[in-house]
Amino acid sequence: MSTIDPDGIPARPRTLAEKVWDDHLVVKGEDGQPDLIYIDLHLVHEVTSPQAFDGLRAEGRPVRRLDLTIATEDHNTPTWDIDKPIADLTSRTQIETLRRNAAEFGVRLHSLGDKEQGIVHVVGPQLGLTMPGITVVCGDSHTSTHGAFGAMAFGIGTSEVEHVLATQTLPLKPFKTMAISVEGELKPGVTAKDIILAVIAKIGTNGGQGYVLEFRGSAIRALSMEGRMTICNMSIEAGARAGMVAPDETTFAYVKGKPHAPRGQDWDDAVAYWRTLPSDEGAVYDAEVFLDANALEPFVTWGTNPGQGVSLSDVVPAPEDFADPNERAAAERALEYMDLVPGTRLKDVPVDAVFMGSCTNSRIEDLRAFASLIEGRTKAEGVRVMVVPGSARVRLEAEAEGLDKVFLDFGAEWRFAGCSMCLGMNPDQLAPGERCASTSNRNFEGRQGKGGRTHLVSPLVAAATAVLGRLASPSDLPAREKVEA
Amino acid sequence: MDAFETHTGVAAPLHRSAVDTDQIIPAVYLKRVTKSGFDDALFANWRQDPDFVLNRPEFARASVLVAGPDFGTGSSREHAVWALRDFGFRVVLSTKFADIFRGNAGKQGLVTGVVSEADLESIWAAIDARPGTTMTVDLRARTATVDGDAERGIAPLQVSFDIDDYTRWRLLEGLDDIGLTLRNADRIADFEARREAWRPRTLPVPAESTP
Repeated sequence: MSTIDPDGIPARPRTLAEKVWDDHLVVKGEDGQPDLIYIDLHLVHEVTSPQAFDGLRAEGRPVRRLDLTIATEDHNTPTWDIDKPIADLTSRTQIETLRRNAAEFGVRLHSLGDKEQGIVHVVGPQLGLTMPGITVVCGDSHTSTHGAFGAMAFGIGTSEVEHVLATQTLPLKPFKTMAISVEGELKPGVTAKDIILAVIAKIGTNGGQGYVLEFRGSAIRALSMEGRMTICNMSIEAGARAGMVAPDETTFAYVKGKPHAPRGQDWDDAVAYWRTLPSDEGAVYDAEVFLDANALEPFVTWGTNPGQGVSLSDVVPAPEDFADPNERAAAERALEYMDLVPGTRLKDVPVDAVFMGSCTNSRIEDLRAFASLIEGRTKAEGVRVMVVPGSARVRLEAEAEGLDKVFLDFGAEWRFAGCSMCLGMNPDQLAPGERCASTSNRNFEGRQGKGGRTHLVSPLVAAATAVLGRLASPSDLPAREKVEA
Repeated sequence: MDAFETHTGVAAPLHRSAVDTDQIIPAVYLKRVTKSGFDDALFANWRQDPDFVLNRPEFARASVLVAGPDFGTGSSREHAVWALRDFGFRVVLSTKFADIFRGNAGKQGLVTGVVSEADLESIWAAIDARPGTTMTVDLRARTATVDGDAERGIAPLQVSFDIDDYTRWRLLEGLDDIGLTLRNADRIADFEARREAWRPRTLPVPAESTP
């Protein structure tokens, strides 16, 4: 990334990503060595941390900065009967291992049953720990979520988790930058999820490899923080290390007053600095992509990677539609796995289940959007609908608004917080052959349960699908049986 | 981490693109709290198919995986690298690797070599023609060679691969990242002394977040 002259004055206009990088440079790498980057916030969960704590123990190393580290339980946690012991022995062992490690090393942990427990990427922002201009890491690829605040946030492996626990830094090679400009106004029924699915379909699941994506343009500016989080969350599905959105008044308003948000003079200092972060006029990106928001429609994936998506009004593509032989072979395999016939209208595809949840779409606005469409309507016969809030706090908030009643009246399961059926590490799984419209982030083979088939969609499409029992957009819904309150 | 110089072993062709880490190791196998014993989890779903390449006896002891483009996409799980390593793989060759996977591999002594599309096709053709044939990977020279068969008059096929200089150096020296970083402990402490007060702190726990 950019160099800084000895007085600390930028030698040239810089992008948002370059500014955050430069301000975290502990040691500038020379002769092909990576830079050493300081990490402001380290989020920890039970799946990718046990071996990292073992490594510390073996070397007799402490956690360097307990005050920059926080842990929560999310991947394995059950979303029913959370007051009972976890039935799956290996899941229970993993959770208990985190509890033991947190106690031994002194790491703050929010456990199942605690009101701050939840998906790590929902918990950080809601506590006000996630803020502009910081670096965030976690042993989870969807750490990119936090980039919505103008933070540089990326997923790391377990060896790197140990490295950050021990040193609060990471050796990293600078990333390239890619501007993704989304201009225009979204049509009703089209949301942040459709933007990011369209971006991934456009640039491919490895189109972002080696890049930090900066989402910009009028359609991004118009999004709420939660919408921006959905977009940055799935940057990894385009192969990118991180996604970012420049902080603005929307960001400041969201952070202000949260439990860990800066206060008093610290707040003023922070905001003054945050206002310097947006990319400079004339900053050069290594790549640029444009997307017309006006033309976007609700999106859906038909295949087994998040790049295999089309507008919901389209048909299932044929392998011959792909010029690249690898893509053609992948499409052929995907269609076989998904049991789809080319030319079928996606809106004619029936589903067995609808999953409303995951770090992509389980915040309060997502639940409100889902509830707004199902309220006063009846669930399709035989479709199982699961609503899983991203955190215990989101669950409480939804209940305070009466959303739980909407879900239950509709016939949906209203569950406790966790990663749940996004990856099925807990008992929330699809049966082989079952087809699911899911607000999560990955449609890989077997992701939601062995043999399960996943169509990635927005909360609004998930809701319309739950009503009609087949993939559907909000505009397909008939008028309500009863008038909205 | 053991130093890596050269390696010779059976090469297995994986004729698939965009192999994500959910396929390399499904989530149900991520519940272990140890760093070893993941060999049975490698490609667990695909291995239920008796015709899957690693189920063929010629490839039972494979240690060089030759895979299609975009290997290791998706989840950051380092377990994918542990599973490949526990099965016996020391090297993966592909035309493109996902960033996090490549980083994880480098920390665990698994070499990820990037070859050209044409060379990938040539290697596949050579090892498909002689299942069970060995390859020799020379990290210093950055070459991968499908070993020849003098008796049958088959010449070796040598290609070069890319791997970034820093990762190559660490692998050749068998260096531990944390040890390297701690050589800069003073600079880390200096940086910390300069950090602004507004930056987030997880402690103390605010009253409203206390269980």
